[in-house]
Amino acid sequence: MTQTEFLHLVLPFKDKVFRLAKRLLVSKEEAEDATQEVLLKLWNNKSKIESYKNVEAFSMTMTKNFCYDKLKSKQAQNLKIVHSNYQDHSVALQKQVETNDSLNFVEKLIEALPEQQKLVIQLRDIEQYEFNEIEKMLDMKPTAIRGALSRARKTIREQLIKTHSYGLK
Amino acid sequence: MDLNNIEQLLAKYLDGTTSLLEEQQLKLFFNQETIPVHLEVYKPLFNYFTVSKKETFTAKLPLETKTNFTYKWLSIAAVVAISFGIYFNWSVNSQDLGTYSQDETQLAYKEFIQSLQMVSKNFNKGATSVSYLQELNIAKEQIAYLNDFQNPIGRTLKMNN
Repeated sequence: MTQTEFLHLVLPFKDKVFRLAKRLLVSKEEAEDATQEVLLKLWNNKSKIESYKNVEAFSMTMTKNFCYDKLKSKQAQNLKIVHSNYQDHSVALQKQVETNDSLNFVEKLIEALPEQQKLVIQLRDIEQYEFNEIEKMLDMKPTAIRGALSRARKTIREQLIKTHSYGLK
Repeated sequence: MDLNNIEQLLAKYLDGTTSLLEEQQLKLFFNQETIPVHLEVYKPLFNYFTVSKKETFTAKLPLETKTNFTYKWLSIAAVVAISFGIYFNWSVNSQDLGTYSQDETQLAYKEFIQSLQMVSKNFNKGATSVSYLQELNIAKEQIAYLNDFQNPIGRTLKMNN
């Protein structure tokens, strides 16, 4: 497999890997490192790539595990991940929505969720994967996925309603 | 899309039972400019989903193969070797071996002849002294006759037996 073939194979989902890593690790730099790491691992095992049934799902699982390890080692060192994404460079994206603050607020809400719920929200609501794909990626039962998803969505909604009606009552 | 439908979809959404298509409908609905006041709470949520999907991975991917690495060093070594070769070759060629006048070459010729003559004289001296070794061969031949004496002695010994 040549470099261009590999890049072609990876192109459709490398952004998804990055976004998943960012969801878990929060910091943009950490997420970029994680993405590079995952894709390089894939590149180094390129001889086995043909035997994988679904490279994309496999990469997502790899990313999830890699980020979990990263978080665990950070916890073991008693360090908190400090993220400094103060400035978002994607100005054009933000312009289409009138209220920047409310979007950041949603991000904070998702950040506060338990890791599993974060994963499910990311894969379903943002990346729009089918449930059977998520089952494979996270190695979870369908009922568990729906449960986690429902809990996450309801938590976010409650928080949104709370702040939305703040000052009205 | 009518409002009742949206509210039903939202309830299903919160239970985690909507299909991808239905979720897409919800996203489209909340991307509109004007939304009924009681549903405005959900707007940032669905907008966030749409926006955050547009984030892309921009860092470079350093895909190096191992063979590339050795070739690189090999080429560097080759360049160094070739440049050294060229440098030394050039510096040897440019060395001035010097020029000599007519008298000096004559003198050098005479000296050379003289030394050659000296070598040949000494060589001849050595050769004549070595020629005495010829005498040794003659003596050896004479000694060989002594072998003949042994034959009659052998014969007489046989007769005695």
